[in-house]
Amino acid sequence: MSFELILFYLFATVLTVAALGVITVKNSVHAALLLVLTFFTAAALWLLLQAEFLAIALVLVYVGAVMVLFLFVVMMLDIKVEPLREGFVRYLPIGAIVAVVMLVEMLGLIGLKTMSAQALPADPAGASNTAWLGKALFTQFLLPFEVAAVILTVALIAAVMLTLRRRVGVKSQDPAKQVAVKASERVRIVKMESASKGGTP
Amino acid sequence: MSFSIQDLQLILPEAFLLFAICAVIAVDLVIKPAQRDATHWLSIGVVVATLLLVIIDRSADARGFSGMFVHDAVARLLKVFILLVTIAVFVYARTYLKDRKLFVGEFHMLVLFAVLGMMLLVSAGSLVMIYVGLELLTLSSYALVALNRDSPLSSEAAMKYFVLGALASGILLYGMSMIYGATGTLDLQKIHAVASLAAGSSHQTLLAFGLVFLVAGIGFKFGAAPFHMWLPDVYQGSPTAVTTFIGSAPKIAAFGMAWRLLDGALGGLHPHWGEMLAVLAVLSLAIGNVVAIAQTNLKRMLAYSTISHVGFLLLGLANGTPSGYAAAMFYAIAYAIMSAAAFGSIQLLARAGFEAEEIDDFKGLNQRNPWYAFVVLLVMASLAGIPPLFGFFAKLLVLKAALDAGMLWLAIVAIVFAIVGAFYYLRVIKVMYFDPPETKDTLALPQDIPLRWVLSINGAALLFLGLFFGPLLSWCYRAMGAG
Repeated sequence: MSFELILFYLFATVLTVAALGVITVKNSVHAALLLVLTFFTAAALWLLLQAEFLAIALVLVYVGAVMVLFLFVVMMLDIKVEPLREGFVRYLPIGAIVAVVMLVEMLGLIGLKTMSAQALPADPAGASNTAWLGKALFTQFLLPFEVAAVILTVALIAAVMLTLRRRVGVKSQDPAKQVAVKASERVRIVKMESASKGGTP
Repeated sequence: MSFSIQDLQLILPEAFLLFAICAVIAVDLVIKPAQRDATHWLSIGVVVATLLLVIIDRSADARGFSGMFVHDAVARLLKVFILLVTIAVFVYARTYLKDRKLFVGEFHMLVLFAVLGMMLLVSAGSLVMIYVGLELLTLSSYALVALNRDSPLSSEAAMKYFVLGALASGILLYGMSMIYGATGTLDLQKIHAVASLAAGSSHQTLLAFGLVFLVAGIGFKFGAAPFHMWLPDVYQGSPTAVTTFIGSAPKIAAFGMAWRLLDGALGGLHPHWGEMLAVLAVLSLAIGNVVAIAQTNLKRMLAYSTISHVGFLLLGLANGTPSGYAAAMFYAIAYAIMSAAAFGSIQLLARAGFEAEEIDDFKGLNQRNPWYAFVVLLVMASLAGIPPLFGFFAKLLVLKAALDAGMLWLAIVAIVFAIVGAFYYLRVIKVMYFDPPETKDTLALPQDIPLRWVLSINGAALLFLGLFFGPLLSWCYRAMGAG
């Protein structure tokens, strides 16, 4: 059994256990952290397949952006302030475990790189992962790519439709009106009778 | 491998629709809420124009965008009826939505986007296109179900639809990934070539596994038992205008998807999926027809009736012969037209603050308005499958195709449950004609002339197409390449 295969089984086990954890643990912050681990391990599996660009994109987009947003939302849901402050100590163990497992996975990948420089046969054309993906996306997969953009538009419209509420009395800025304002509208000159010296303060 | 200008010609109706939707969004943004009718008529105009583009297109069958987009007779036929039914959906929706203060531009945009998704879905030439087309359709549908966001029933329906729909998409994707793993290609034609060769090979297990997930995903999207749990709640919970839409045109698109996946890609595995579909068909016929009897809410009853009709449709697909597919296609089109008329008549009777969705609301309709009682009679009799209406011939063709394919026991089961099902359709007719009306005054019809005309035409079409079903039938047979 090669080191690569051992790593695959390790990652696959971590991935499955973490994914099971996401749907079974009661604490939503734990679930979110386990989801981070799931994404990270999936990225490690892709690295094992030498799909570097996809792996990095997964880490950057999902772990970096989407999951942090998730965590924000999950923590915001708990409106009480006290538990939020306690949160750091309470979530430290699970956070540490997730971090350690990630570290082990990264070390494993680096170890694989040093042990065998050539795990899978390289692309004969010599094109890099990213170039190949970009080419495929804009030639062979042009139509689905465009339709995916349309799907995002639908998501946008649906989100606006479901959440936008025009309430009366909400103060909002209208840039067009702000720009079109005249000097006479800005300053209002009010005639006042001059007060006497010994008058009311 | 690369993009050519001919591809644009193939996709002209879809491209036009996309740009037109963007134009409708822009127009809807600048007009005042009181002028919302402009969006409405513009949307109908867009659908009519797209329909004309599909009809005048006489170019030969071709595949474009590196095999992603298929232009053939089946796709054209399905698109024509998807667009026709959508026009009826728009016309029925206007007064109903206005009465409920739901007459917003988003309704039109989302329906148009869903139509675009359906058109791409029935023309899909690759697993990726099937998936993105389906997502475009379902994502729009989820939002449409939640259109009335202040109603708890509507929100609950949308939530159920979303969760189960996401699960179904996941199952479908999982199946697709296994098919890809076994065949190494996403192109449906190439999968067909590889999958047929693979009989008895080591990949057979993986293919069969993927197939099971695909069939489950298709069952979910159709609403076939035992994957039907979302259907009654969604039909009842969403505004009737939305129910009209999700209950009609998407069934045609779902047929297109099932046909492309099962016959187009996995035709070689017919012995496997034929049996799976037969089981789904029998369960759907049994559950749909038996549970519908107990319903007092008309929308819920029609939801269970949908499940039973899906059973018939799957019966046609399960044959695996061109004449079976043609019969199933005929059935899908017939069902979409009948379903649009059925929900349209609910919207005709509905007024502000009154939904007309209970069967009792139809009591004595004949004394209050004989013509529309007759239209509802035509719709219910057609759904029940009474000759000489459209629904009867659709059922007859499916049964004939099943008998020709030697599926005798399936045909017997289908007939038995069709007779059981006739009970609840006839009950609506009995309520309309023989029960005394709750109020003596004549029916206050909405002052919406297009609604009345289109509904009347839709009802009359059921009788007309029942008497002269030949041209449509031969069109279906020709498209499927059956004799």
